[in-house]
Amino acid sequence: MHELGIVFYIIRDVKKAAQENGVQHVSAVVMNIGEVSTIIPDYLTDCWRWAADKESLLAGSELKINMIPAVTHCDACGKDYSTVEHGKTCPYCGSGQTWLLRGNEVEIKEIEVPN
Amino acid sequence: MNEVKVIEIKKSVFEDNNRDADALRRELKERGVYLLNLMSSPGSGKTTTLIRTINLLKDKIRIAVMEADIDSDVDAIKIKEATGIQSIQLHTGGMCHLDAEMTRQGLDNLALEGVDLAILENVGNLVCPAEFDTGAARNAMILSVPEGHDKPLKYPLMFSVCDLVIVNKIDVLPYFDFDMEKCVEYVHMRNPRASIIPICAKTGEGVEKVAEWLLKEVENWKK
Repeated sequence: MHELGIVFYIIRDVKKAAQENGVQHVSAVVMNIGEVSTIIPDYLTDCWRWAADKESLLAGSELKINMIPAVTHCDACGKDYSTVEHGKTCPYCGSGQTWLLRGNEVEIKEIEVPN
Repeated sequence: MNEVKVIEIKKSVFEDNNRDADALRRELKERGVYLLNLMSSPGSGKTTTLIRTINLLKDKIRIAVMEADIDSDVDAIKIKEATGIQSIQLHTGGMCHLDAEMTRQGLDNLALEGVDLAILENVGNLVCPAEFDTGAARNAMILSVPEGHDKPLKYPLMFSVCDLVIVNKIDVLPYFDFDMEKCVEYVHMRNPRASIIPICAKTGEGVEKVAEWLLKEVENWKK
């Protein structure tokens, strides 16, 4: 259900972009999805198939997912580490003064249209 | 020649909603209406907590409620019957959350003139509502004791966007392995500024603290 809601937003934005660029049909939409964005890629593509096929602009189009690994930065020692592996605690110095550098993206990277 | 042409978009899915939400917040600030976005899991006691809180506040400030659910209007009717205040039901059309545009449409259906506090009871869900800014002045959530003290670890985003965490159903604490100290620690890991108020909506214990928190918030918003 969560992913379906996201798919509706993607469709709305892609429709707008298609209109601005005079595009009649989209063959693929490429997404940047962060590893800790709470999006499950398989669910997203399943929801996409169901919803996109109902739109003439997007019928048969593919949703391509580009996963972005999550990286956290530690303010105490200045190092970066893998968020999924170590969470909020820095594995180098044990500090909790850390913040997510990247990995929560839910971003439309580009659309592909037949030439 | 390439078979496909690529058009770069590079745009967050949440960008439009964030802009709509900021605009709505500014408008509400000008009109002196404080909007609270209340979130929780299904069955945590949102409606009961609201009824208790509203009954403590309704002689001091004017309140209106929007109940968001996927279907049915039982909550809106319950609120109206138990408190006598203006209460409407919003249907999300199958969506698991409300966004700023849906919130605006809901507010348009309320008689907002003279209202000091508008409360949006969001869809019972700890994932999606946290991602979509509704345009509310503040976010609050209810965590009930049977759900466990480790919820802030499992749903980090929800707890990082909330300024108030109400811990409900403290009357059943003796029957659950719920560690209040751990709960406070985990909530503050996500948001060090969050206020935490333990209550029992059924008996009314602690609800006056929620009412006080809200009253102060509404006063500050109107400054």
